Amino acid sequence: MSLIDLSATELVAKLHTGEVACAEATRAYLDRIAELNPKLNAFLRVDADRALSAAKEIDARRARGETLGLLAGLPVAVKDVLCTAGEPTTCASRMLEHFVAPYDATVIARLKAADAVLLGRTNMDEFAMGGSGENSAFGATRNPHDPDRITGGSSSGSAAAVAARMAPVAIGSDTGGSIRQPAGLCGITGLKPTYGRVSRYGLVAFASSLDQVGPMARTAEDAALLLEAIAGHDRLDSTSLDVAAERYSESVSKPLDKLRLGVAREHFGEGLDGEIAAAVRKAIEVYESLGATIDEISLPHSKYAVATYYIIAPCEASSNLARYDGAHYGHRTDERAMQSELETERRALVAAGNKAAAENLDSPLVRMYRRSRSEAFGPEVKRRIMLGTYALSAGYYDAYYLKALKVRRLIRQDYDQAFQKVDAIIGPVTAAPAYKIGDKANDPLAMYLDDVYTVSANLAGCCGIAFPCGASSGGLPIGVQLQGPPLGEDKLLRAADMFQRITT
Amino acid sequence: MSLTRAEVEKVSLLARLHLSDAELDAMTAQLGQVLHYVEQLAELDTDGVEPMAHALDVANVFADDVALPGLAREAALANAPHRDEVCYLVPAVLGE
Repeated sequence: MSLIDLSATELVAKLHTGEVACAEATRAYLDRIAELNPKLNAFLRVDADRALSAAKEIDARRARGETLGLLAGLPVAVKDVLCTAGEPTTCASRMLEHFVAPYDATVIARLKAADAVLLGRTNMDEFAMGGSGENSAFGATRNPHDPDRITGGSSSGSAAAVAARMAPVAIGSDTGGSIRQPAGLCGITGLKPTYGRVSRYGLVAFASSLDQVGPMARTAEDAALLLEAIAGHDRLDSTSLDVAAERYSESVSKPLDKLRLGVAREHFGEGLDGEIAAAVRKAIEVYESLGATIDEISLPHSKYAVATYYIIAPCEASSNLARYDGAHYGHRTDERAMQSELETERRALVAAGNKAAAENLDSPLVRMYRRSRSEAFGPEVKRRIMLGTYALSAGYYDAYYLKALKVRRLIRQDYDQAFQKVDAIIGPVTAAPAYKIGDKANDPLAMYLDDVYTVSANLAGCCGIAFPCGASSGGLPIGVQLQGPPLGEDKLLRAADMFQRITT
Repeated sequence: MSLTRAEVEKVSLLARLHLSDAELDAMTAQLGQVLHYVEQLAELDTDGVEPMAHALDVANVFADDVALPGLAREAALANAPHRDEVCYLVPAVLGE
């Protein structure tokens, strides 16, 4: 058995006893990355020297008998969306290609304090906008189960890295399914914590009322370990919940007695692939065999979730991404070319006798903003900024944004009612297995509709976990999702662990 | 509501984007499709429903009124595309 075949929990235990050296484990993962990354494009940057010297430092501290942190020596891959002091944080965008973060995100600071070894930064859909991994300015991530297929997104590189054993665990972020959906499509375990459970300080913002950082791992047990290291209150994030983090890694292996699972009829309607429906039904039977009770529930507003999400998330994104102005950081257009473009436009308008239009031309500052942003943002980011700007503009605010906020409340109430009856809701993560890269490139709406099973948890502020429950006839992973009430992470992890103990 | 190319162009200015003709055409069609889809929310009666702007019903979070060290000027300016010793530099804001 090679070192990269150990689970994170096993590896941490072997590091603790000294059976395995951290430098040795780190090198094994770096070798694996060097071998597979040219094919999968999971990592945007790997700093092998830094990772190795951090690993040696941990070995030395252990040899001196120092007390080490929870993850002592565990290699971790991080989505390139969390600021790390002194290192590039690109969000897979040309906009931030040369941006060097001036401070550590709280999640990064906690990983460092837990003595994790940071392997490198993983690929993603630009600014976490996308559900395929194709929207990266630095090339699509490829699915380890079939490199011609998508990984899902937006945490594409983190999912591929864990699935291909290029990292034992990885950090992702989930605004509308960006942890759970690629976890499902790549055959790994991914948890979106309750909104406020993990600090967003230093997480590059996409939609601030929905964004949440979470663990991606091979098993629920490993996800519990990583969540324990990063969760908890943070005074630097005013939306962080002032509730102590639980000892997830200790409780995860305790089976749940009398687990009550809900099955929503809306999750098994039109559009769901037959093989996925069958695999999820089978997972439900597994839970029944474990003593769980299954109740039919209803989430009547779930058919409106995608529409609600694709108003709220772009509105928040258009506001958040206004900060990329070419003035403070990020890409800036060539000023000389921009000035001469403006002058050419002005002369042409004057020559055509259109004096009013000449006077209405952009000021140099406005044109600098517009050119800088247009040159550096990719098509999906531009689409969402446009959508959000339109929905928030005068005359449309009530019909779109305010309406969506009201429907969001109705979606939340559906969940509140369901969770009075059940501990968790079991259902699919995606409607179909991973598709071929390029298949939906010209159909943004089709891509948005892929988020149908995941966006509600973000809108409602619930938690959700995706993990493998089978494979398609083509050999592609199929995932199942459990959604839980706010702060229900412990139960979700334990429920997933129960399943994994008897199926793997 | 169908979206016109002129509206998309106007929104591109509000969004501080500068779109090519091809982008404007594609955006008009794609945004139109998405707007058509999201308009299904209109069929729901939401009278009297309290808008939910946030997942948490949290009240204001106050911090003690104590000055803490912030980002040092040099660190804040380090990523500036165009700067001098102490300031960000941008194209002239006022007329020549």
